[in-house]
Amino acid sequence: MSTIEVRKITKKFGEFVAVRDADLSVAAGEVVCLLGPSGCGKTTTLRMIAGLERATAGDVVIAGQRMNDLSPEKRNIAMVFQFYALYPALTVGQNIAMPLHHEGIGTAEIAVRVNKVADILHLSDVLDRLPGQVSEGEKQRVAVARAIVRDPNCFLFDEPLSRLDVELRHSMRGQIKAVLSNLSKATVIVTHDQLEALTMADRIAIMRDGLIEQVGSPHEVFARPANIFVASFIGTPQMNLIEAEFKGYGNGKATVTFDQQDVDLSVNPAVANLRPGRVTVGVRPRAFSVVPEDTADTIDAMAELIEPMGAETLIHARTKTGSDIRVVVPRDKKVKTGEALYLVPDPAQTHIFAEDGKAVRV
Amino acid sequence: MESGTSIWERMGFRKSSGVAEAGWGHTLVVAGVSFIYFLPVLFIIFTAIKPQALALSVPPTLSPTSLFGLIPDQFVFTPTLENFGSVFSRVMTAGGQPEPTGFDRFFFNSIVIASVSVLLALVLGTLAAYGFSRYPLKGNDTYLFIILTTRMLPAIVVIIPVILMFRAAGLSGSYLGIIMLYTAFNLAFTIWMMKSFFDELSPDVEDAARIDGSSEIKVFLKICLPQVIAGLAATFVFGLILTWNEFLFALLLTGPDTRTVPVAMNQAVSSGGRGTDWTLLAAIETLFLIPVFLVTFFLQEHLLRGVTFGTVRK
Repeated sequence: MSTIEVRKITKKFGEFVAVRDADLSVAAGEVVCLLGPSGCGKTTTLRMIAGLERATAGDVVIAGQRMNDLSPEKRNIAMVFQFYALYPALTVGQNIAMPLHHEGIGTAEIAVRVNKVADILHLSDVLDRLPGQVSEGEKQRVAVARAIVRDPNCFLFDEPLSRLDVELRHSMRGQIKAVLSNLSKATVIVTHDQLEALTMADRIAIMRDGLIEQVGSPHEVFARPANIFVASFIGTPQMNLIEAEFKGYGNGKATVTFDQQDVDLSVNPAVANLRPGRVTVGVRPRAFSVVPEDTADTIDAMAELIEPMGAETLIHARTKTGSDIRVVVPRDKKVKTGEALYLVPDPAQTHIFAEDGKAVRV
Repeated sequence: MESGTSIWERMGFRKSSGVAEAGWGHTLVVAGVSFIYFLPVLFIIFTAIKPQALALSVPPTLSPTSLFGLIPDQFVFTPTLENFGSVFSRVMTAGGQPEPTGFDRFFFNSIVIASVSVLLALVLGTLAAYGFSRYPLKGNDTYLFIILTTRMLPAIVVIIPVILMFRAAGLSGSYLGIIMLYTAFNLAFTIWMMKSFFDELSPDVEDAARIDGSSEIKVFLKICLPQVIAGLAATFVFGLILTWNEFLFALLLTGPDTRTVPVAMNQAVSSGGRGTDWTLLAAIETLFLIPVFLVTFFLQEHLLRGVTFGTVRK
């Protein structure tokens, strides 16, 4: 079975800990995205799975076999590198054929296999060219072709789309997803682009400073972020994170104070167990409804900057003491600069994060 | 590689966008400067084909041809190949018979010593450079620095300990000795040159080859080496020129059998007490120029061909 299992893996470079106790399992046919800002250890994790870096501690298990001590060529994996890493001195065709030379199959069979993947990825016309003579999009497809020409245990992608322009990225995202769905292999994709992760992954592992902060489906990490970091990292525009004072809980509502206003917010019942103190309230910009009048459960603010985004309008609103709140309203909702806004957050999308940054939730 | 495209086009330049051909004005300036650079060499080649009597004539003869009447007759000489003959065999004593001068042997020595030591340095140095670049030792830079120290001093300073070492080892005057010395000296230069070429390569390409199933040897031979062909050619040419022209070590560490041309040249023209035979000297120099000239000329194509663009950006 094509699976990947990473158990309590740690990588230290000298004193610096690049990855700490990362756990991750990828089932056959599943696509898992490692998502995080630069330097969070996601590429290091991928390179440890590939065997290009040695894990300081922990185990890498691929297809049920512990791989820690095996060199990359013995792990039977395929990897697509960020900068494609095509062999500059070999033609496109020879590049794609390279992994097959170690399979012990005949020249005729190699040609058949190369032509087959070249066909899938529309590379048949450029097989005789050198990598320096093909376009950026073609290079990217050659890199993918070289990975799927074999039948490896798993696929690893390191920022596969980062060098393409927006349009090409869009179409390649679809193509890669289509190719992968036909292969039913465990796949790990490293990316810093949340849109890439949300669209391509079955599950997303969000990393920061060498730690995996949350693993879940795209829906889960978006709708139920485990902590402030995940909440702020996923979703555009960014979730509003408002520092507030938690006063108490009653009737399904939490009373919080911020910027000199007391607001009763409908929140998750688990908040009842929270002691009064500092919390962070998280509300997505699209989770507000604008109501006509000021009540106990509204947040009061003033529209300061209006950014039409096409289908929707982004409003930067400011509370009395200056906190910035981003609100997204439908295009037909007309708001003028300077207008007072009374905002009611959607209870299902209102998150309370305790002082340690973790979401308070049942 | 398809025929009909220029080397520039193969490298990705297009006349319309990247490189536009310069106009005649710029070209003439560069041609003029190049001519000044070439003038000493031209002077020697012309002297080599002058009759001996005209070597120091006043006014000097300038050209073997009148260039369709452009150059006045008193500056034109009739070319001769006689001087080349006397490089290998000439009358050494007054009234005597022509004797072989041994220069065939000296040329053989120069070719063998220079090519063997430069090639040896290239093989060993490239391997060492790959090691320094990809498998750094503790204190990597210290070793690189030490390797270069012998090159930091003028040869005349280094020669004294080297002579003592050679004498102690009994290597003076042998092929082995001078080849070892030149190899060692070229190694320093080769390692530094090749290391910088290997450093430029993207390690991702090598990692990709490892994942595709290549062993370390294969990664080096099939993936890295083809990418540094330009570097190999450049290093070979520079090493060859330095070694080919080396005089001081050859003077002091070669014997009568292993003498190289620069040393023999010096002895041929300064012995006999008849003053310097300028046309003979020029003839030796002209012959001496040919091998390096040919090697450089033929490697010029390779110097450019190995260059690859755009496949990997760091």
